[in-house]
Amino acid sequence: MSTPTEAEVRTEVREWIAANWNPDMSLLEWRTKLADSGWGAPQWPKEWYGRGLPHSLVRVVQEELAAVGAVGPAASGVRMLAAATLLEHGTDAQKKKFLRRILTGEDTWCQFFSEPGSGSDLAGATTRADLKGDFWIVNGQKVWTTSAHHADHGLLLARTDWDVPKHEGMSYFVIDVKQQGVDVQPLKQMNGHASFNQVFFTDAKVPKENLVGKVGEGWKVAMTTLAHERRGADGLAPPSKKGRKEGRIHAEERAENDKANEPYRWYPQRAGRVDLILERAKETGADKDPHVRQEIAKLMIMAKSAEWTARRARAAQQQGRPQGPEGSLGKLAASHVARGCARVHTMMTGTEAMLTGKESPREGIIAEILVSVPAVSIAGGTDEIQRNIIAERVLELPKEPRFDTGPFRNVRRN
Amino acid sequence: MSALEESKSEPRRRIQFAFTDEQEQFRAAIRRFLADKSPTTEVRRLMATAEGYDPKVWRQMSEELALPGVHIPEQYGGAGFGMVELCIVTEEMGRALLCAPYFSTAVLAGNAIMNAGTEEQKAKLLPDIASGARLATLAITEPNGNWDPSSIETVSRFRIDGAKSYVVDGHIADLLIVAARVPSSSGRDGLGLFAVEAKDAGVERRQLESMDPTRKLARIDFRGAHATLLGELDDGGKRIQRTMDQAAIALANEMMGGAQALLDSAVKYSKMRVQFGREIGSFQAIKHKLADMLLEVELAKSAAYYAAQAAAINDPEWPALASLAKASASESYLHTAIETIQIHGGIGFTWDNDTHLWFKRAKSSEIFLGLPSYHRELLMQRWGV
Repeated sequence: MSTPTEAEVRTEVREWIAANWNPDMSLLEWRTKLADSGWGAPQWPKEWYGRGLPHSLVRVVQEELAAVGAVGPAASGVRMLAAATLLEHGTDAQKKKFLRRILTGEDTWCQFFSEPGSGSDLAGATTRADLKGDFWIVNGQKVWTTSAHHADHGLLLARTDWDVPKHEGMSYFVIDVKQQGVDVQPLKQMNGHASFNQVFFTDAKVPKENLVGKVGEGWKVAMTTLAHERRGADGLAPPSKKGRKEGRIHAEERAENDKANEPYRWYPQRAGRVDLILERAKETGADKDPHVRQEIAKLMIMAKSAEWTARRARAAQQQGRPQGPEGSLGKLAASHVARGCARVHTMMTGTEAMLTGKESPREGIIAEILVSVPAVSIAGGTDEIQRNIIAERVLELPKEPRFDTGPFRNVRRN
Repeated sequence: MSALEESKSEPRRRIQFAFTDEQEQFRAAIRRFLADKSPTTEVRRLMATAEGYDPKVWRQMSEELALPGVHIPEQYGGAGFGMVELCIVTEEMGRALLCAPYFSTAVLAGNAIMNAGTEEQKAKLLPDIASGARLATLAITEPNGNWDPSSIETVSRFRIDGAKSYVVDGHIADLLIVAARVPSSSGRDGLGLFAVEAKDAGVERRQLESMDPTRKLARIDFRGAHATLLGELDDGGKRIQRTMDQAAIALANEMMGGAQALLDSAVKYSKMRVQFGREIGSFQAIKHKLADMLLEVELAKSAAYYAAQAAAINDPEWPALASLAKASASESYLHTAIETIQIHGGIGFTWDNDTHLWFKRAKSSEIFLGLPSYHRELLMQRWGV
């Protein structure tokens, strides 16, 4: 069957929305309709809650949903990464069991990849899964798990073979988080927030049928998850709020979003709040100090240049040109900007920068910047790993000699 | 109507973040030409001469590629392109470290005449610049080394008196465009751009011994030389400033060409040089240095490109962006040069290794048209802070 035209898709989805949308429905009721009709994830295959539309036509569906202010499918957090991974590597039984409840938002997901002993070196994971009868028995510890305390299911990378090289001995599972043997503890950071968890597995059970991909192929499956993470979720954009008819469903959606976004409240501060710099310069009188003016200018030049570099990368992509080096630099540039911000905010704030809390400048925001910025050059890939990636992939420099080849059992580790 | 008002009436376009296919082809043609005409053996040969350029290559780049007039309107014999194309040319010249009076003739004098000249003066002066038939330059800075037009002391009405220094290619230019003020004016008042023939009996020129031998500098003394005011008196020094801002953007792009050439050579060397049984580029100490250099170069390039695009469409922010790009390119180019020497190790600071040729251009470009700190302060003022 041929691909429908944009006009056909538009007419069809518009008619379906007219017949089905009602803001006074419950969130679950509406999302069940979205999932069953395939309009919730139109780019997914027809047999799995989608309509098999090309990515280029997804926008049409988004526009039509947005036009009436309709709520989209549940798309926040790790659930869309889980969906993308299962669509590519999952069994039919897994897809049937999990995909629909991902779209309806009934299930929440998290990702068990990083460990205390393997941060940058993700493939050095030592959480183990051993097959006993019909179950894999999991023991070990994961960390940096956002939203694990709300999650129903986790994407788990665990070692199943210790006698092969590190990348070949891992397998990928879906684990039920709400079971005895999985202990979720909040991980409090230096800025006082606890956006992540550490999770302890003690003889936790995973039924055999929850293995994703083959035994020993966990690294390959994990790469799919990480590729989607880098690309950003495939979910629908949130609908525009203007002119929509409000109903019960929107209140439910807001509550859901608030819960999903709670861990990210301090993220703007972690990035340094370059948006406050010029305002603060006037507010504090620091704009009169020639030394501080120089530092502000240096910082703003870097921040602006980073923004233009990202625009160059996007423009090249839009023109169908191969990506130049400018596309790999964003994360490293963001670290420099954040650190520069912390420095300049301190200079401008002066002695008051020793204070924290409501009575401190900008009701604690400045203080929060100062104690949040150190995370930015670590989370999501350290600056050092970014530099290795840039040097090896962009500049094509030779790789470091490795000391972690051969059976993983013999590899030195923490 | 001066060029200043003309360009303001241009229809507004949007800033482009990618070069067009035509611009990329233009760049490739210049790069091929310069790879052929300006290998480092030629750079070394020419930098040791007093003139500092090869008239044959100058003729070829004028006749075959029409480069001196790339930004000059067709009605004055130019190719009719704008700032973006001019900056592609300077970037490629910076990469090849071309020894030629291009920055002086095309960028400085060409823009000064376009910004200040009357219709008649432009028709008279620009065609010879566009065709490469005459060399020209702009004399702004005086022996005090100040880049702010307010500090100009040279006086002129029909005769000009005073001293200019740090004049690029001032020793070979046929035509001198000189920033001067009418007698008993001060600050930004009473300023003007004057055309002076270099062969006038009242002009005395002396080449300066400059650190960067690929860009020659001269001191020029004027003792009653004949001078012709271009257009009207430039109250507020707007036309002078505009010319210097355009020059800052062209220089920023030139610097990024040089920085890229250095980065390429550092990467190449680190893949080739073996110590402790492995290529030095496999050590993280070198890898991370190179990754940081790439970041710095790409960020400064983005600023240089953005400023050129903004100037091309006369975006109101473009003078601020000129200072931003100049400050950024200066820091990035010099730092890249320092690190390239470092990565080359012992050979890096020898005369035989080519790195010092770019290092010296980087160092003198950092200072030329104003230090990064000067431009950062200017940026803040122009942003209204």
